[in-house]
Amino acid sequence: MVKKRKILIVEDEATLQKAMQDLLTGENYKVLSALDGETGFNLAVKEKPDLILLDLILPKKDGFETLTDLKQNKQTKNIPVIVLTNLEGTTDIQKVLDLGVAAYLVKINYSLDDILEKIKEILK
Amino acid sequence: MILCDKIFADFNFSEQCRKYHISLWRCPSFLFLVMGILTMVSMIGTHILAIRYDNPFIAVLSVSLVAIIIFTIGNIIIHAVESVNSASHMKTEFISIASHQLRAPLASILWSLNILEKKGGNASIRKKYIELLQENNQRMIKLVNTLLDVSRIEQGILDFHPMVVNLEKIVRRTIKELAPLAIASNIKINFTVLNNIPNLFVDENKIQIVIQNLINNAIKYTKGKGAVKITLRNYEDKIIFSVTDNGIGIPEYQQKKVFSKFFRSDNVMKHQTEGSGLGLYISKAIVEANSGKIYFESIQGEETTFWVELPKTQQRAGRL
Repeated sequence: MVKKRKILIVEDEATLQKAMQDLLTGENYKVLSALDGETGFNLAVKEKPDLILLDLILPKKDGFETLTDLKQNKQTKNIPVIVLTNLEGTTDIQKVLDLGVAAYLVKINYSLDDILEKIKEILK
Repeated sequence: MILCDKIFADFNFSEQCRKYHISLWRCPSFLFLVMGILTMVSMIGTHILAIRYDNPFIAVLSVSLVAIIIFTIGNIIIHAVESVNSASHMKTEFISIASHQLRAPLASILWSLNILEKKGGNASIRKKYIELLQENNQRMIKLVNTLLDVSRIEQGILDFHPMVVNLEKIVRRTIKELAPLAIASNIKINFTVLNNIPNLFVDENKIQIVIQNLINNAIKYTKGKGAVKITLRNYEDKIIFSVTDNGIGIPEYQQKKVFSKFFRSDNVMKHQTEGSGLGLYISKAIVEANSGKIYFESIQGEETTFWVELPKTQQRAGRL
C-alpha cells in the first residue's frame, strides 16, 4: 500500500484552511493543520511532513519567524516550504527567498488547481 | 492656449492643496509665491528707505526684518512640504493597506468557488461553501464600508444625523448583540448604570458604532476566562461611558498611536491577525464630531479602560 504524502497547512484564515484541506484530502494527501506559527512549527517537528504550506501573517509566531525556525531545526530544515500569502512587497519576497523556500505564491493570483500543480511538482 | 492653461494650472493653488486637505496658508506653492512677492516688495521698500533716510541703520534694520520674515515663511514652507509629502504618503499607504485587507476575503471567495466547481455536486460541501462565500462577502462589504467611513472622515464629510437618544438603551442593545461572542470567548459582561441617564442629542447609529467597537475590542483582546466591566454614569454636565477589560493591554511605547488609522499593537498581532485597525480611528472621529471626548488607560498584560464622554448640553438646550 502506497503511503500517503503528508502536507502541513499553517494558515489562520478559516475558509482558506478548509478549502486547502478539502482539496488535498480529495487528492489523497494526509493533511495536518495549524492556525498559528507556533503550533505549525511544533507540528512540523513532531510529524515531519513531506511539504509545508505556510502563510506569513499568523498569530503567536508569524510566518517569517516560523520559517526561520524551520530552517534552523535539524529535523525540519529539509522539508520543502511553499509560502502562501497575500503580501507581495519585494522586501517580503526577498526576505523569504533568502531563508530558502520552494515557492512564494500570492494567494489571490493562484487558483487551487494552480497550487495543487505546484505541490505535485515539488513533491515529484 | 495650452501654455496659458498650464500656467493657470501651476497657479491654481487651491486645487493643488485641496486634494491633500491642506489650507491655502499652508500650501507650499502658494507660500513660495507669497515669499517671492514679499522679497520683491521688501527690496523696493528697502531701496526707498535707504534713499529717503540718510541713516544706514534704518536700511540694516529693514533688511534684517525682511530676512526674519523670509526665514519664517521658509520654515513654514518646509513644514508645508512635509505635510504634503506626508499626506501623499498616507494616501498611498492607505490604498496599499486597504487593498491588502481586501485580499484575504477575496482569496477566500476565489478558493471557495474553486471547491464548488470541483465538488459542488456534494450537497453538504455545497451548503458549507455557500455559507463561507456569504460570510466572506459580508466581510468585504463591512471592510469597504469602514474604508468609505475613513475616507469621509478625512474629507470632513461624514454624515451625522443627531436625534434624541437614550444611551442606556443603545448600550444594552449592543451588549445583547455581542452576547454570543462574549459567551464563545468565555467572557462575562457586567453592566452598571450610575444615576439616572438623561436622553442625549447625538447620532444614534454612529454612537452605537463607537460603543460596539469598544465592547468588541474588550471581548476580543481578553484571552481565556475574563470579565468586561461596562459603566454608564451621569456626571456633572456629561454622560460617561466606560469599558474595562482584563486583557492583553496596550504596550506603553505604542499608546500614542492607538487612535491612528490601521494601528494594531504588536501584542494584538501576536494574538489575532484579523482586524482592520480602523475601529478606534473612526470611534474618535465620531465622538469628537458629537462634541465628546474619548481616552484610555492601559497596563500591558493587565487591564485597559476606555472612556467616552458626551456632553449633556444639547439636552439642556431643550431639544427634547
